[in-house]
Amino acid sequence: MGSAAHAAHDHHDHPTGLKRWLFSTNHKDIGTMYLIFAMIGGLVGGILSIGMRLELQEPGMQIFSNPHMFNVFVTAHGIIMVFFMVMPATMGGFGNWFVPLMIGAPDMAFPRMNNISFWLLPVAFVLLILSLFVEGPPGMNGIGGGWTLYPPLATTGQPGPAMDFGILSMHIAGASSILGAINFITTIFNMRAPGMTLHKMPLFAWAVLVTAFLLLLSLPVFAGAITMMLTDRNFGTTFFTASGGGDPLLYQHLFWFFAHPEVYILILPGFGIVSHIVSTFSRKPIFGYLGMAYAMVAIGLVGFIVWAHHMYTTGINVNTQAYFVFATMVIAVPTGVKIFSWIATMWGGSIEFRLPMIWAIGFIFLFTVGGVTGVMLANAGVDRALHDTYYVVAHFHYVLSLGAVFSIFAGYYYWFPKMTGYMYSEFWGRLHFWLSFVGANVLFFPQHFLGLAGMPRRYADYPDGFAFWNAISSYGSYITALGTICFFIGIFVALARKQRVGENPWGVGATTLEWTLPSPPPFHQYETLPKIEATKHH
Amino acid sequence: MSHTRRQDRHEAGQGADGEAMAGKHRRVAIVLSAVAVGMIVMAYAAVPLYRIFCQTTGYGGTPKIASNNDVKVIDRTIEVRLDANVAPGLAWRFRPKQASVTVRLGETVMVHYEATNFGSTTTRGTASYNVAPDSAGAYFNKIACFCFTEQKLDPGQSVDMPVTFFVDPALIEDRDTNQLPVITLSYTFHAMDKPAAADAAASQKQPRGAAVQRSPG
Repeated sequence: MGSAAHAAHDHHDHPTGLKRWLFSTNHKDIGTMYLIFAMIGGLVGGILSIGMRLELQEPGMQIFSNPHMFNVFVTAHGIIMVFFMVMPATMGGFGNWFVPLMIGAPDMAFPRMNNISFWLLPVAFVLLILSLFVEGPPGMNGIGGGWTLYPPLATTGQPGPAMDFGILSMHIAGASSILGAINFITTIFNMRAPGMTLHKMPLFAWAVLVTAFLLLLSLPVFAGAITMMLTDRNFGTTFFTASGGGDPLLYQHLFWFFAHPEVYILILPGFGIVSHIVSTFSRKPIFGYLGMAYAMVAIGLVGFIVWAHHMYTTGINVNTQAYFVFATMVIAVPTGVKIFSWIATMWGGSIEFRLPMIWAIGFIFLFTVGGVTGVMLANAGVDRALHDTYYVVAHFHYVLSLGAVFSIFAGYYYWFPKMTGYMYSEFWGRLHFWLSFVGANVLFFPQHFLGLAGMPRRYADYPDGFAFWNAISSYGSYITALGTICFFIGIFVALARKQRVGENPWGVGATTLEWTLPSPPPFHQYETLPKIEATKHH
Repeated sequence: MSHTRRQDRHEAGQGADGEAMAGKHRRVAIVLSAVAVGMIVMAYAAVPLYRIFCQTTGYGGTPKIASNNDVKVIDRTIEVRLDANVAPGLAWRFRPKQASVTVRLGETVMVHYEATNFGSTTTRGTASYNVAPDSAGAYFNKIACFCFTEQKLDPGQSVDMPVTFFVDPALIEDRDTNQLPVITLSYTFHAMDKPAAADAAASQKQPRGAAVQRSPG
């Protein structure tokens, strides 16, 4: 496919200015918008977390006028990072950009639905931000119930409209993700290039496929649960209200039936990204390709039957706890398959420590730490002591803030040359990595100690005994914030320097289809569909 | 604009199959949308299913309801403590007439609570109930209870509220409960006279098998 022909084609069929973005049906433009949206979400969520660390740096109240406002920050930070940072970046951003490119498709199956999926998100985000400024509990603003939004705190505890704004925001964000999931599944099922069977499909596309199914099956349950909460709050139903025969525990079951798959939704695309990077910079095909693909399928399936491990302390009986302990630990098996396959891919490979590779290795290391603490927390007996302590906070930040986010940055640096046509800034990228790596570990590792010492989550104040590690943790967050600043500087440096790259800056290790296209790819690609020969492997 | 572009692309990409491809997309999307809608329906279906599950298994400390007692009385006793609470918004005093009773397993026993309306208006209330520990729920059988119906008290009126129950001797065969020294039977009275909007829904939906409200973990 000649790029000259593309240029000529683009010339007359290329909406410009506001129209190009507002009415976009182009998967690459929509992907770019998702990535920019994720950066904005991450910035807002990050600033909220700095506010929390400023408060927790010393015992006593520092910057917040009351503990409720601290909890509002905790809640908004959680919701924003999950729904408005990680999900838009992995599925919306990289998924939109690279699934069609990798499977040899000209675009997504439903380009206009793709546009709706994106534009619903800013609306949802605005609603959530609005919730910070309207009344929640009597006399105070915002939602202070944590991202889990458990009743009765979320129903009778906070009668003001803030919670209704939050619920509506989640409805819209959920609708956006469900539409996106339908689009991805249809695209992957129907639009793979001739010869690309599912068993030859790149692992990132596999990851997005599994993630899309998780979204499709879990999000509607969440939508149902928060709709029940909405009617409990406003229309007198009693789904979760004991006085009318409801049970607040039912909400927890419904919520975690969604929210446990949700954590795999956050991490699975990262698994896909890291697989490509490790393979590219080891100059070897990924070890155990089929095992890797089906490990993700297994994680997705088992992820639906382990939800009550978040509820060990709600009085479920011993036998039920034993089942959930067992089922949860089973997930460590496919996860182990992935970790060891990445290591086996690197083993004997011709490894180049390019920037995406160090992010990917950082991801593997940190995700494993988070995975190990996850296996600890899976034990109902241990969890009895650690439930809702900072140990849990440390655990899920190791798998998400250090796991998922590192995989996003790995993917970002890996594909930056492809998306923009320019090389990233090596200096700012490496500084970004080291500040993030050191900062995030200093930030979250001490939280294990705090949790083991019994410090509970979601409190604005604590006894003096917890002061030392809290101070260290806060310093870590400032280092991480510096790293994030380097990230943004790096973007501007790279875009200002305009150092052009060719089709494939990574050499023979990069074997997926996106590297056969010019950088950046033409506005419309694959006007002649690529053919995948029988011997060619993912 | 975008439509024609998409059509172009389909023709360019899939040749003459553009129309067939659109149909194929539509079929997949319809199936997937049905799955999503099905999951919402499942979420709502979970509400009655969860209630039935609690009632049949005693899950979450939900006591069973029995029409009569046909189990054998055995020579083993257990203490049943009686607990009474009133949710905010109801001007009642509500307490058991005795703090606890010791019963033989299988024996039908009647205990009494007493409720007094110290408010100035006639008010209605219903009681939610459960037993603790949760694992005892499957063995605690109620034959008659004031909590099965709505209660109405005039100002100053006191009413005796009996409960007839038995504890199933099968309790000693369950390793979760065979060492149990005591079961707590707990009631919470909730006001039925709520603001108008809530009233219609509340009268439609009688409380059944409600577990005691827990604070989020």
